[in-house]
Amino acid sequence: MAAATSRRRKEKIRWSKLYSFASCFRPLTSEERLAGREVIGQPGFSRAVFCNEPHLHDRKPYKYPCNNISTTKYNVLSFLPRALFEQFRRVANFYFLLAAVFSLLSLAPFSRASLIAPLVFVVGISMLKEAVEDWHRFLQDLDVNNQTVKTRLSDGVFVDKSWKELRVGDVVKVYKDEYFPSDLLLLSSSYEDGVCYVETMNLDGETNLKIKRCLEVSLCLNEDAEFNKFEATVHCEDPNPNLYTFVGNLEFEKKSYPLSPSQLLLRDSKLRNTDYIYGVVIFSGHDTKAVRNSTRSPSKRSRIERKMDHIIYILFSMLVLLSLVSSIGSSQFLSHDMDDWWYLQLQDDDDFFDPSKPEKSAGLQFIRSLILYGYLIPISLYVSIEVVKVLQTMLINKDIELYDEATCKSVQARTSNLNEELGQVDMILSDKTGTLTCNQMEFRKCSIAGISYGGDITDVDLAASMRMNADFEPFEYSMDRTDRATQSFELFEFSVYGFSAQNGNARLSKTEEPVIKGFNFRDDRLMNKNWIHGTNLSDITMFFRVLALCHTGIPIEDDYHKTDKLSYEAESPEEVSFLIASQEFGFQFCRRTQSLMVLKEFDPSCMKEVEREYKLLNLLEFSSSRKRMSVIVSNEDGQILLLCKGADSIIFDRLSDNGRTYKQETALHLLSYAEDGLRTLAFAYREIEAAEYESWNTKFTQAKATIGPEREELLEQGSEMIENNLILLGVVAVEDKLQEGVPECIDKLAQAGLKIWLLTGDKRETAINIGFACSLLRPDMMQFHLSSSREAESNNEVKAMEEDILQQIQSSYKLLCEEGKEAQFGLVIDGKALEIALSGDVKDEFLQLAVNCASVICCRVSPKQKALITRLVKQYTGRTTLAIGDGANDVGMIQEADIGVGISGMEGMQAVMASDFSLPQFRFLEKLLVVHGHWCYQRISKMVLYFVYKNVAFGLTLFYYELYTSFSGEVLYDDWYMTMFNVILTSLPVIALGVLEQDVSSDICLQFPALYQQGPRNIHFSWSRIVGWMLNGVVTSLVIFLANIYILSPTAWQQNGFVADIGSLGTITYTCIIWTVNCQIALITSHFTWIQHLSIWGSILSWYIFLLVYGALPPNLSGNAFHVLIEVIGPAPLYWMITVLVVIVSLLPYFIHIVIQRSFYPMDDHIIQEMEKCFEKDDVRDDRMSFSQQMQQKKLSIYRSVTKPHK
Amino acid sequence: MTDTNRERRRTRETAFYLFTQQSLPACKPVLTPGWVITIFLCMGLIFIPVGLVTLRASHSVVEIVDRYDIECVPEPFRIDKISYIQDDSIPKNCSRFMKVHKYMKAPIYIYYQLDNYYQNHRRYVKSRSDKQLLHGRKYHDTSSCQPVELNDGQPIVPCGLIAWSLFNDSFTFIRERAELKVNRKNIAWKSDRDHKFGKSVRPFNFQNGTLIGGGKLNPKIPLSDQEDLIVWMRTSALPSFRKLYGRIEEDLDADDVIVVNLINNYNTYSFGGKKKLVLSTSNWLGGKNDFLGHACVVIGSSSLILAIVFTLLHLKYRRPYGDTSYLPWNRKSLSG
Repeated sequence: MAAATSRRRKEKIRWSKLYSFASCFRPLTSEERLAGREVIGQPGFSRAVFCNEPHLHDRKPYKYPCNNISTTKYNVLSFLPRALFEQFRRVANFYFLLAAVFSLLSLAPFSRASLIAPLVFVVGISMLKEAVEDWHRFLQDLDVNNQTVKTRLSDGVFVDKSWKELRVGDVVKVYKDEYFPSDLLLLSSSYEDGVCYVETMNLDGETNLKIKRCLEVSLCLNEDAEFNKFEATVHCEDPNPNLYTFVGNLEFEKKSYPLSPSQLLLRDSKLRNTDYIYGVVIFSGHDTKAVRNSTRSPSKRSRIERKMDHIIYILFSMLVLLSLVSSIGSSQFLSHDMDDWWYLQLQDDDDFFDPSKPEKSAGLQFIRSLILYGYLIPISLYVSIEVVKVLQTMLINKDIELYDEATCKSVQARTSNLNEELGQVDMILSDKTGTLTCNQMEFRKCSIAGISYGGDITDVDLAASMRMNADFEPFEYSMDRTDRATQSFELFEFSVYGFSAQNGNARLSKTEEPVIKGFNFRDDRLMNKNWIHGTNLSDITMFFRVLALCHTGIPIEDDYHKTDKLSYEAESPEEVSFLIASQEFGFQFCRRTQSLMVLKEFDPSCMKEVEREYKLLNLLEFSSSRKRMSVIVSNEDGQILLLCKGADSIIFDRLSDNGRTYKQETALHLLSYAEDGLRTLAFAYREIEAAEYESWNTKFTQAKATIGPEREELLEQGSEMIENNLILLGVVAVEDKLQEGVPECIDKLAQAGLKIWLLTGDKRETAINIGFACSLLRPDMMQFHLSSSREAESNNEVKAMEEDILQQIQSSYKLLCEEGKEAQFGLVIDGKALEIALSGDVKDEFLQLAVNCASVICCRVSPKQKALITRLVKQYTGRTTLAIGDGANDVGMIQEADIGVGISGMEGMQAVMASDFSLPQFRFLEKLLVVHGHWCYQRISKMVLYFVYKNVAFGLTLFYYELYTSFSGEVLYDDWYMTMFNVILTSLPVIALGVLEQDVSSDICLQFPALYQQGPRNIHFSWSRIVGWMLNGVVTSLVIFLANIYILSPTAWQQNGFVADIGSLGTITYTCIIWTVNCQIALITSHFTWIQHLSIWGSILSWYIFLLVYGALPPNLSGNAFHVLIEVIGPAPLYWMITVLVVIVSLLPYFIHIVIQRSFYPMDDHIIQEMEKCFEKDDVRDDRMSFSQQMQQKKLSIYRSVTKPHK
Repeated sequence: MTDTNRERRRTRETAFYLFTQQSLPACKPVLTPGWVITIFLCMGLIFIPVGLVTLRASHSVVEIVDRYDIECVPEPFRIDKISYIQDDSIPKNCSRFMKVHKYMKAPIYIYYQLDNYYQNHRRYVKSRSDKQLLHGRKYHDTSSCQPVELNDGQPIVPCGLIAWSLFNDSFTFIRERAELKVNRKNIAWKSDRDHKFGKSVRPFNFQNGTLIGGGKLNPKIPLSDQEDLIVWMRTSALPSFRKLYGRIEEDLDADDVIVVNLINNYNTYSFGGKKKLVLSTSNWLGGKNDFLGHACVVIGSSSLILAIVFTLLHLKYRRPYGDTSYLPWNRKSLSG
């Protein structure tokens, strides 16, 4: 039983981790309600905190962790064992560890040092990387832990204390713009009413301020001295990661008061707009919600890396097979021939060659062979790839073209695991707001009392019409569109007011930026207080009052004195734009206290500004389920008003009979706004009788005072009761501006063959319009629409709807099949239909249809659905998906997708923290995928294939030699030669290849986005390629080995008549291998900078240098290699001739292959490379070169300014 | 001065910029048909002459090979060669006649060749002590010499299987009743003599044990002068190998008949090995080996053939250089 509940709790935590940022006010799940029923004191809610008495927390059971946090993976003691464990979890590394262990038991065919040294080298580099990363984390922690905060000591003085010394129960004083050191219970603030404003950007990524409010009983504790007598106990929930819940009560002066999340100040949030607060530490260190909430994003592995594992397994099986052959061969020799080899003196002393126990000897030989042929396994592959990826990441981060000057941010590759995965993306799932659009809301249009104002063309219109290649004439175009939508209204008003001419002018001068940020409204009927001449003056005034009062924002007096204008902070950018708009219209919201809102109104009756106070009676908050918010205020006349704003459907449902005067016209305006891609909100109000209000208020206060799960329900019911019989005033439309370069970028991505899905919470019309605007949908596309009209009530209806949807899907799919490949398709589906389409039966059909469409738009989807879609698409298609988003609601999607990209834009850090790559602008996605992704994919696949080739070629020569030594386990090469092979002699060129290789330059990549298709189709890392390279390795090894033994044996190979022994034969063969593998990489490389030249030819040279140095060591160290180059092989002409011949012959098969491929079956990159060559020639002829040089100069200057910000 | 410094910093900065922007000046070779034909032609034109020269060089080497292991066992013993070779009481002398078919210019190298003799067997290769060879009895740790390590509790000098199985057939050469002088000096690498075998290390207790393997050594001569041993201890890479025995420093004329008096001591009969005596001249390429020449000629001529085939193919299925219509997305639109 207990286990079951704990499991349930674990599940809950996991879900909440995924979606805890989904929405600030997300509705509680049923499970949470269930959990919430448990009362304080029960398991899970047993924490007790003795305020102002931290010494009570020194002993159990009230001993809680200190406030010291540590995000490091290791500590000094655990580093070695844990890091080693991590390293040897890799199969290849573990194998080499075993080999090293066997070498200690003298089982190995090599010397101990030569087995252990490369392993130490490789593991050492990886561990060094881990250590450096962890050290950085440690330093960060140190910074955090050493911050100070004013803390009350037992003698009543407040002194600076570092965060790490803070204990539960301490009373602290936090000043303006300081971070909270731990989770605090708010006791009082510098404001009399005990409110404070906090910024929670680090927690949920929202930039707006949130109001926290202390309990009334603790209001008095607002001075240092007050705390001398303060004593209280808090009973509350145990530490948990839920940011938006807090259950507890405060026992103060023998009474118990309920606590809610609004008294809890969370660690990592910041105090704003409040001079200071007093608080008591409730949760410290690792108990804090912020720390509990931080999850490391799931580690993702790229497709190539997973395939690489399979290659390693193949090589392992090859290794085992060859070892079996060797061990059987050895035992055959041992039992048949070897007895007669008197020169071996076979006795019982040698386990490997014990004629009396051939089975045991065979077993030992097997182990020895396993180690001997270990060169088939590329030991340095993983470490090289790690190094390469870190360098690639560095280059991506440094790309000046992906640097946004406006925000001073550049692309950040937050993990280096997925570089090459960027080149294989097949599907992009994108959020809309903040990703495609800026999330800078601009007040654009409004409809007041049935009249529409502000008929400007929007950005969206502009882009859409550009796409349609219409002969662009802004005025007429706009007229057409509004005409169709609003029929005669607009025309009528134009003629009445005669504004059409001015309007036209305003539209034509559209290009200039709005002077006021967030306000892009031009209509002289309302501007400059002209609205006073309008009809329905009372409705217009009321409309502006709702605009100015119904919100949670606060004014900021930044440059008030200069311009007389305030700026605002609010929960959403829309609210800010409303406040700015109302200020422009003459209703300046200038002050807010706990219970009072002050407006500077322009009074049309006396034609001057008056300051009016509104008493704030109630605030019914916005939530995504309610889709509305209201304030209840009483004005100076004592009139009680409910001002409400919300989604049009919600408001329209709650209108009173006499409030529907403008409903028809307003609805038409709404439709046209939505078609223009604007966000709309409807405004309404009602007057409340004092008596009615009183009775309602008592009920509502009661509901507010209840603790426990039913509280939400009661509050819901309460607000439902009063938000009724509304009178419609009008609607506003705000524009979400498209980000720079979005349509072009999406166009290029579509050309690159990527399928793009738009997942948005917006209305269908808005979504489709944005779809057209950013060229997701094109007029030449066939559109399918899937929607479900009704809400399902019973099971039967669900069934019926399912069938309905299924039918829609099937008919669409039929059409798609009929039209074939000629046309392109777009699919639009709304949230409800999606819910059905993603459920069991219909799922496969839906996905089949959807993946065949070029673009898909899902509207009205919840964050949870976003993640679900991502997962299903990923599972169904098996292709690589990339999710891009900016807000907390995209976190699920970003973590679910193969690659998560966060926009480091307006909405803060949450998406970025969960992402693998962060971009300052959506348009950078193009270069990131088409250039960097393509390059990295090519590089890594070439690199892995080359590694396979190199090690097969080298490892097999060891096996061939065994055939000539009766499988006795003798090695042709000196131990140190082999140690050098992977570590020095062949490592640098492949790293240079992995970091710097370019099949075509970045400009050309961008010019031919279709080249990107090589990645998703995976032609550079297909199994045929892998097998091809293995065969190439086999051929190379055969050529090298056979040529050497036939040329060098048995006759003399030098003028002085000397013959070759093991040492010289090995050295010569090894020279051939070094030359061949290094020349092979020169053949693969298509882009030689001096670095490649240096590494390739330098590697070959370093072999000779090594030979010289090694040969110069005294003979007891160098053994057979003593003076081998200068005395034995160097002077022989045959040595050099063999090198040349063998290198050429062993490269010939590959060379012929690429010649045939290039000449007769060219791949895309081949042709484009040729074109690039042609371009270059052209460039030299005309002066385009100088233009590109100018561009380079410009970028260089940006680069200089980026790298040296201090100068 | 500061100007040059600043200049230098500028250029360094620019270079670093180019590196981070991945736009370092680069050479981007593209394989065009012209290049391919040129490369194949060049390979053909270089390898064929080189191959012919090496073949000629190889043909100019005169080599006489005589297998003597069977013939040198007297008729009656041929049924049981092993007991013949192991019986010390039977004299092992034997005479062979070698006819020189072509003029041989001095120095003429004398090799003995052993086949099916695994001198590269791991157990065999490891059974030696390089330190003892250099330092003699001063060096005590001879465990690597197993199983020929100690004799009467004292390390054998030189110890190990390789030394113990030293080849001990000996040859004398007579032409027209006059003995040919065989120079047996300088048949080993100088570095071996100088640095690997001790000048004061004498094989005082070599082959004194119960089991006698191969040849014995003169205990008075230091190891650095025992060139037979030094040659033998450079273990061969393959189971069929030649080792230098000495040099005849007189020219041999065609049709000379050389009488070889040899003592057939070495036991190759147990394991079915062959013993051969080889006389060979040498040139810059070493001994007689046609493989390299043949390989060069084959590679060169196939390159030529490839060049021709490729030219023909290229003429027939010519593809315009850098033609965008070959790109798949253009191909589609062409057909569509």
